[in-house]
Amino acid sequence: MAERATPLYRDTPRLLLLALAGLIMLMPYIWMVAASMKPLDEIFRASLTLLPERFHAIENYGKVFARIPVGLYLWNGLVVCGGILFFQLLFAVPAGYALAKLRFPGKEFVFGAVMLGLLVPPHVQALPLYVAFSQMGLLNSYTALIAPFTISVFAIFLFRQFFKSLPDDLIHAARLDGFSEMAIVWRVVLPNAWPAATAFSIFSVVAHWNDLFWPLIVVNGQDYATPALGVMYFRSAEAGDDFGALMAAAVIMTAPLVIAFLLAQRRFVEGIATTGLKG
Amino acid sequence: MAGIRIQSVTKRFGSTQVLRGVSLDVAAGEFVALVGPSGCGKTTLMRIVAGIEQADGGAIDIGGRDVTRLRPGDRDVAMVFQSYALYPHLTVAENIRVPLALRRLNAWQRLPAIGGLLPGAADANHLMEQDVRRAAEALGLRALLDRRPAQLSGGQRQRVALARAIVRRPKAFLMDEPLSNLDASLRVQTRREIVDIHRQSGAATLYVTHDQSEALTMADRVAVMQGGELLQVATPEAIYADPQDLRVATFIGSPRINTLPAETGADGMVRVAGHPVGLWGARPGPLTLAIRPEDLVPAGTGLPAVAEAVEFLGESLLLHARHEATRTKLVLRLPPEARAELPAPGAAFHLQFDTTRALLFGPEGRRVGVSALSGEAAFV
Amino acid sequence: MSDAALTQALPRPARLALGETATAWLLSAPAIIAYLLMLLLPTLATIALAFTDFELGATGFAWIGLDNFAEMLSDRGFMTSLRNTIIYVGLVTPGSIAGALALALLIEAGTRGRTFFRAVFFLPVVSLTVAMAAAWQYLLHPSIGPLNAMLRVAGLGAPEWLSSSSTVLLSLAAIGIWENLGFNLVLFLAGLTAIPRELYAAAEVDGARHAWQRFRLVTWPMLGPTTLFVLTITMIRAVRVFDTVAVLTQGGPNKASQVLLYTMYEEGFTYFRLGYSAAITLVFLAIVLAMMWLQTKVLDKRVHYG
Ligand SMILES: Nc1ncnc2c1ncn2[C@@H]1O[C@H](COP(=O)(O)OP(=O)(O)O)[C@@H](O)[C@H]1O
Ligand SMILES: [Mg+2]
Repeated sequence: MAERATPLYRDTPRLLLLALAGLIMLMPYIWMVAASMKPLDEIFRASLTLLPERFHAIENYGKVFARIPVGLYLWNGLVVCGGILFFQLLFAVPAGYALAKLRFPGKEFVFGAVMLGLLVPPHVQALPLYVAFSQMGLLNSYTALIAPFTISVFAIFLFRQFFKSLPDDLIHAARLDGFSEMAIVWRVVLPNAWPAATAFSIFSVVAHWNDLFWPLIVVNGQDYATPALGVMYFRSAEAGDDFGALMAAAVIMTAPLVIAFLLAQRRFVEGIATTGLKG
Repeated sequence: MAGIRIQSVTKRFGSTQVLRGVSLDVAAGEFVALVGPSGCGKTTLMRIVAGIEQADGGAIDIGGRDVTRLRPGDRDVAMVFQSYALYPHLTVAENIRVPLALRRLNAWQRLPAIGGLLPGAADANHLMEQDVRRAAEALGLRALLDRRPAQLSGGQRQRVALARAIVRRPKAFLMDEPLSNLDASLRVQTRREIVDIHRQSGAATLYVTHDQSEALTMADRVAVMQGGELLQVATPEAIYADPQDLRVATFIGSPRINTLPAETGADGMVRVAGHPVGLWGARPGPLTLAIRPEDLVPAGTGLPAVAEAVEFLGESLLLHARHEATRTKLVLRLPPEARAELPAPGAAFHLQFDTTRALLFGPEGRRVGVSALSGEAAFV
Repeated sequence: MSDAALTQALPRPARLALGETATAWLLSAPAIIAYLLMLLLPTLATIALAFTDFELGATGFAWIGLDNFAEMLSDRGFMTSLRNTIIYVGLVTPGSIAGALALALLIEAGTRGRTFFRAVFFLPVVSLTVAMAAAWQYLLHPSIGPLNAMLRVAGLGAPEWLSSSSTVLLSLAAIGIWENLGFNLVLFLAGLTAIPRELYAAAEVDGARHAWQRFRLVTWPMLGPTTLFVLTITMIRAVRVFDTVAVLTQGGPNKASQVLLYTMYEEGFTYFRLGYSAAITLVFLAIVLAMMWLQTKVLDKRVHYG
């Protein structure tokens, strides 16, 4: 396969094919960015030129910032993703450690529960949780957005697998040095769990930044809207057929994660793919 | 005598020149072991002969045919890989059958289920079954034909790889360290079997190993490679007793051959740290004197040395010593009975050797001529 | 005092084991509590709900046995959504797997452009689905969309893509393939890298002259576990289709893009028929479980050669 360095001319058909497929893949992005810089009449003319005749980006992006609280949506997205990740790690790391390295009666049972939990998609719990939050008057709150995802059986499973591969001697040595079990988790095990934690964090943030289902159920109105909801509101209520502004909104809300991805491409791909492979 | 003929093959990977013009002939029916340290280019040469890798320059003939531009499948060679490279999803029988099926059946006949119904397929399949059975029998695999590689031990996998290689009776066998993944006792036992298989096949066998004892015990001829060059190609006896290059002398033989810096004086006498050693060189200048451990003996007179330690090996023993004047470590291999008379560690003693077996190498490591005063000359 | 003496007298391993058990439960306690509250209890409640006629805002509810499930059979909306979901999965799964495998093989066949193309194809995975759905809406717009503008230039018709009931599912599936391709591609690339190079060399020496023969003899069987995993995970992701439907079509036109989760969402959170919605959720869960069962029990045996 990739044994010898193929001369460029022999490699060209392959690269052309890939470039064509890549261009098709990027089509929505290209037109999204192009339209976000065009005035409405140009968009309605449906011409195939990508560059705007009259540069209208300032108006389009300005409109988005004027009509919807962009900063608030992004902030909400940050709080929700951060909150979810914080609790997921806080709960899953110690549990994963206990399942991997400690011996206790009931361990098989707990692990069985984790494996069972892996089978159930999060949509299944939505109805009762909605009822419960609405009874407690917690709809439209960070609590409602964060709480259901604080437990990630997937994270427990992932950390258990990872901790199992750490040498037992590391933990024995820490015990001999007088660390308490809690201290072992946070000061010995977690620093060594970095690769797994990074991978899981990326996986979790991407999933929850992009989630629409649950925010759509529990949030109503601007105050706690996440970026996904924000785009949706802007589209249905404010923009109508104003595609220039809508594309500008889409660009703004997509940008943070895409930029993060482009900056740390390898980590993202590995994080999502390796966690995906183990899940 | 058409076997494998390798002519001035060169190969570079990026900026590293891996093969620097290697030429080697393996006659039909001959077993040649290619031996050399790790990373010297053995595998690369092997892959070039098989056609998996392309040479930058040079040519390869197999069975009297120039195959330099042919694909591996058209070269009439079989290869046994270090990792065996068995197809994990196929049974032992299917693994052995692959090279036959790919050659004897066309694309339609290879189709699962319906392929067997096509004209000619039934006969071909029957013949292939027979060949697979014969190869499996030759390697004692009858009982394992329906197993998958994962259900086999290392030694059994190794046999499957051999069976896959012999099943189509190629003109040439290439084996790349086929025993290096086996444990020591199995390794010694399998050596014989590989040689037997080779004898029966009558093919030219090129056998790569980094283990010199494998090379010496199995091969008709041994080719010593280092840094992408062949240093010497000769029978095992000649490689051991008559190395033409200092690097060959030091690579072959365990424990390593003893080397001492020496010098030919204006009078033609070879001296080690001023002591004449009973040898005459052709030209004045610096030399290296090399003597196998079994050719050195302790004596009352001769080269002064200090004993350091004794290792008992069972059939022999090793005496480690130092030549103080040149700060050189020396090893003597002695019969176990010699133990009682050995100098104690730290004690000074003297060394003698058979000058007809001493080797002299010039400053570039090439062997230089020697003339001895007498058969049993010693240090004076 | 005597207590302390007793603890002192206990043999060390026993004391350590006791401490280990307590520590383990203590460490797991937050996870266990969250598991019970957020996962187990709600799941059981959903199962229970499915057998009631519970509606939000109604004064009481009754156990109605399997009535909800009986209703589904005669509910045109549900049956359509089930059919549409199956069609959607049936399009997205082979499409995104074949596409990903082909592209992975192309990328792996050379050394140039690996990282670049991987990033390009992976981009949709990290992009906000709702925002990209809006971009697709523009791209596929019947009158002002660039796609139809290109088709007009080429003299082909101008389909209505998302607003015609004959093309809407196809359009959503195309978006679905676009979304899932990069994820599968990365998994295939990892699978391909793990195939020992020597197997290809052995195949060549054995006489596999054509790339296709080597693919059949080495790549495809060695990729078996990866393909199975990709198959399962793609099906499960496809069954969950919700975002694009919610943003682009709301199940329309005329229920032509009604899918399982969207029907469940509408019944539960628009009409507040929680009992019925819970029953639909259980159907969804049953489908997901069936897919996982298929993976572990049926197909797994055929791709692992241990
Ligand atoms: N595909 C390759 N690309 C770059 N360098 C290689 C490649 N294959 C081998 N080499 C280099 O060529 C040298 C010889 O390798 P090899 O033939 O495998 O040695 P040996 O089999 O004798 O141990 C080594 O330095 C190795 O690193
Ligand atoms: Mg090698």
